[in-house]
Amino acid sequence: MAKREYSFYPGCSSQKKASADNYLRSTYTMCDALDIKLNEIEDWNCCGASIGYAGGGEIPRIALSARNVALSAQQHPQQDLVATCAACWLSTREAQERVQHDATVKAGVNAALAEIGLKVEGAEPKARHMVEVLIEDIGYDELSKGVTKPLEGFKIAGYVGCQTNRPFGIDGESFENPKYLDKMIESVGAQAVDRYDKKVACCSGALMFSEPEKGQALVRDIIEAAYDGGADMIVTPCPLCQMNVESYQSDINQKYGTKFEIPVLYYTQLISVAYGQNAKKSALDGQIIRAPKLEDLANK
Amino acid sequence: MSNMNQAMIEKYRSNFLKEVEANVEEGEWVKMCMQCGVCSGSCPLGPHWAHPPQEIFMMIRAGKREEVLSSDSMWMCTSCYNCIARCPRGLPITHIMHGLAVYAKRLGLVPKKQPTAEFGDIFWKSLASNGRVNELKIGLGLYFKDGFGQGVKNAMAKKDLGLAMQKTQRMNPMEFFGGHKLKDLSGFQRMLQKAQEFEEQQLVNVGGKEA
Repeated sequence: MAKREYSFYPGCSSQKKASADNYLRSTYTMCDALDIKLNEIEDWNCCGASIGYAGGGEIPRIALSARNVALSAQQHPQQDLVATCAACWLSTREAQERVQHDATVKAGVNAALAEIGLKVEGAEPKARHMVEVLIEDIGYDELSKGVTKPLEGFKIAGYVGCQTNRPFGIDGESFENPKYLDKMIESVGAQAVDRYDKKVACCSGALMFSEPEKGQALVRDIIEAAYDGGADMIVTPCPLCQMNVESYQSDINQKYGTKFEIPVLYYTQLISVAYGQNAKKSALDGQIIRAPKLEDLANK
Repeated sequence: MSNMNQAMIEKYRSNFLKEVEANVEEGEWVKMCMQCGVCSGSCPLGPHWAHPPQEIFMMIRAGKREEVLSSDSMWMCTSCYNCIARCPRGLPITHIMHGLAVYAKRLGLVPKKQPTAEFGDIFWKSLASNGRVNELKIGLGLYFKDGFGQGVKNAMAKKDLGLAMQKTQRMNPMEFFGGHKLKDLSGFQRMLQKAQEFEEQQLVNVGGKEA
């Protein structure tokens, strides 16, 4: 039996051949290496993400997450609900908070859930982000003990972004200068960029699609600050941050005359490599901008 | 102008703050704004708001109904939650902005072709029809929202990205023919239907109370 078990909510981007396929694959690899068993919530649905409000309003949007919460409790009682996507985690927590504190929302959501024989109360199960599992249940020390291939010689900018940081954030961390990602980078033997000033800046989220010029201007600054700090790579806990910061670099180069070509990875990939998993298992082949130095280390 | 808009104008004549308190998500917080401006200064797209949040709050209190609801300001919100994290009074500003945007939409006051409003609709339709978002279809939906000719141009401009996503196994062209969806899709849709009815009824009930 695995040492730890969680009810797992991967989210739309972490499905097979979706935009964070590499996040999903490296999450499973990392969890295997850490002896964590993920029990996927069967038939989970989209959380609405940060743009769902525009089409769905309040009650339908909250009902989305409430359904996932109720399914999780039904299928995996006693297990925390763990999300890897920042928006999934945020939406789930937000829904639970609203249901707990707003009687009208609770009535509306439960009326909707009654259609499918489900119900929510509010606080249970506890909704957590995967980074919380790593920090709180495992801890930096234990994390670094299992490292077989330290990422020596890598300098990495820890790009936390918005939604794993605000409004809920990680216990014990500040909103303005959270250190958890830097500590995680150091736990696997790499060097974190010190004073990475864009670590909690916004990548423009869903507005990258609807307002691409405004979005790309924000991402330009995030990447520039990483280069200024001497980074070889950027690492992030959020699938939309990853996508936005990685995949528009050539557009940004064209528009601003920059020469950006910096890999943007997930913490799950760093940990997988540091735990001795090869490049494929660590999903390094899922990068649009490849990280050859890291691939070499992984395959050594 | 929609009937609902006309009904709300008559109901709340000259008291836009009350209208917002009754009908907008988290609207009861608006009066708590102390006009410090931290939200406006913290917004990543701040310079692009015709009226940044602090100004929106003051305009609501000053009864500038038309100017607020037909503004595209609220649609500049990226949901970064900086304003919420920093507001000294703890106003849930992100949600109020979302709430105002949705309320304006219900009343038919959103500026035509507002791209984020359009994208929001495409996104919601995708998730409502399958229970999960179809990334390929929302991408194409966005490219082709202004017609076929423009769509082809947009798709061509993004073809390198599309190919790169396919090559890295992060996009599947077959998603076009269905894609990931829920097993209990009919139950899911009944749930959403019920939630929508509840929300609409809520607006009628609350909106119908004495102003």
